[in-house]
Amino acid sequence: MISFTSYPLQLDDESFYGSRQHHPDAAEDIDMDLDDEQELFEAGGSKNLTYPGEPLTSSHAYMRGHGTYVNDEEVIASVAGTIERVNKLVTVRAIRTRYNPEVGDLVVGRITEVQPRRWKVDANSRQDAVLMLSSVNLPGGVQRRKLESDELQMRNFFEEGDLLVAEVQAFFSDGAMSLHTRSLKYGKLRNGQLVTIPPILVRRLKSHFITLPCGVDLILGLNGYIWVSKHVKESDQEGEEGFDAEAVYSNQNDRIDELTRVAISRVTNIIRVLASHFVPLTDTLLLEAYEWAVDQEDGAKDLLQDDVGDLLVAMITTRRQ
Amino acid sequence: MGSRVEILNEGGFRSDGRRQYELRDMTIDLSQQGLADGSVIVAHGLTQVLVSVFGPREAKIRSHTIHDRANINVEVNVAAFSTGERRKRTRGDKRILEMAATIKSTFESVVQTNLYPRSQIDIFVQVLQQDGGLLQACINGTTLALVSAGIPLLDFVCAITGGVHSTSPMLDLSLLEENDIPNVTVAVMPRTGKVTLVTMETRLHVDRFEEIFRLAGDAGKVIHGEMKRAVKSRTSALVTAMGSGPRVGGGDLADKDGDDRMNDY
Repeated sequence: MISFTSYPLQLDDESFYGSRQHHPDAAEDIDMDLDDEQELFEAGGSKNLTYPGEPLTSSHAYMRGHGTYVNDEEVIASVAGTIERVNKLVTVRAIRTRYNPEVGDLVVGRITEVQPRRWKVDANSRQDAVLMLSSVNLPGGVQRRKLESDELQMRNFFEEGDLLVAEVQAFFSDGAMSLHTRSLKYGKLRNGQLVTIPPILVRRLKSHFITLPCGVDLILGLNGYIWVSKHVKESDQEGEEGFDAEAVYSNQNDRIDELTRVAISRVTNIIRVLASHFVPLTDTLLLEAYEWAVDQEDGAKDLLQDDVGDLLVAMITTRRQ
Repeated sequence: MGSRVEILNEGGFRSDGRRQYELRDMTIDLSQQGLADGSVIVAHGLTQVLVSVFGPREAKIRSHTIHDRANINVEVNVAAFSTGERRKRTRGDKRILEMAATIKSTFESVVQTNLYPRSQIDIFVQVLQQDGGLLQACINGTTLALVSAGIPLLDFVCAITGGVHSTSPMLDLSLLEENDIPNVTVAVMPRTGKVTLVTMETRLHVDRFEEIFRLAGDAGKVIHGEMKRAVKSRTSALVTAMGSGPRVGGGDLADKDGDDRMNDY
């Protein structure tokens, strides 16, 4: 007689779930327990979670929103997440998904392709975004007509792999977004590094350009791309006449001193730790976390160790209460 | 084989000590793996697969874009160490390609691809251990990975293997049983009971088919319960960690709300 034993990975994480299977008849009892539990959850009202294929309500009484579909006069969830209801509209917001763009959003993206009169930009969305040549600032005056020569030297402005910060301008009929960089705040990024986090963790803030007192500038892209860079003085940023093409489209990094480099990597690591614990980012939170990290007198890389990260998150969650 | 292993002994037990309709351990780990949008490690007993889902995202190959819906791209990779005998399989292996095609056609009718025109959804299946029921593990894993990537599905897809030993049907076959007895893999959508996949590589008597098919449908509901519970605990853990739930926007008001909720926990 051969016997089998399995050795499942043991994680104390809640994301891990394991249990023994039963004869279908016996398993029915367990299912019943589950149902009771769920009803309790919903009676509590604090967590309105749902899963694909769960009937939510009748389609006569309610309208279906995102994350739902209608079948047999029932509104049924199609993603796992929280149920939201606005009057008669029922939507389910998925807990983890790609970035859903809205007009006016600030995004950080990376050029993937140069095409005739346009760039393709990866912005963590379901399709690459489009940056038209007509929606960037060109050298020699902010407003002027595009010339053929501009078309021929598009790679002098943005090349494949370049990072940029832009605003969502409009949508195409297939849902792809069009970006623009027609502001001095927007344009090519340099002097720093990129961190990627789930887009849901970036809250809409008054300003997505944050300057931390440690000499670090942050750009919180709503698409979950975050740019952490050396602080640039505002007077330097503007230059003569408000626009200096050389500086804006430059590929050369400025000199960054040792201290700033450490600060940049510390901020980056804090963001990584918070994201791995699924904590939404805000400027005040980052500041608190940075002060705490400096107090610890550890190197910037120690933050990535599990125990230090856990301490950091514990500190933040207790402060928030 | 001098002394053959008994598939079902007189006491009604199988070679690994299970009863006819007993399923193996199912473990689900939904934690984040690398940069994937959704990922899961699923194990049915000793069969273990890792599924990562990327997307919906821009198709890397232009010809793969479909103008009115998303393209689903499935790649299966079988680790050389996954079987008893170490054996390197190439990506072009016919059996592996067929399995990828099976997974793709199973999910094309379940994923709401029409919501993502001109995009691509990449599903990468990595087989880590094999002990029978490979296709069922791949399908269950893909369902969970798609759910954790937030991709809209009509329903969960729950797959299970059934077989028949002389006249007694059994469920969730191990490799030993799978090699010996005729078997069928069935994938069901538990809410409606619709079947998205039935596949057989062996010959099965037509009189036995109905019984196994019905049993597999029932077993699919049990698997669904397990999958739902795993997704539930993962989702509620993430919502708890976010404090105020996935409420983007709203500034101060949302924050205040968030703080209240934190106190509740």
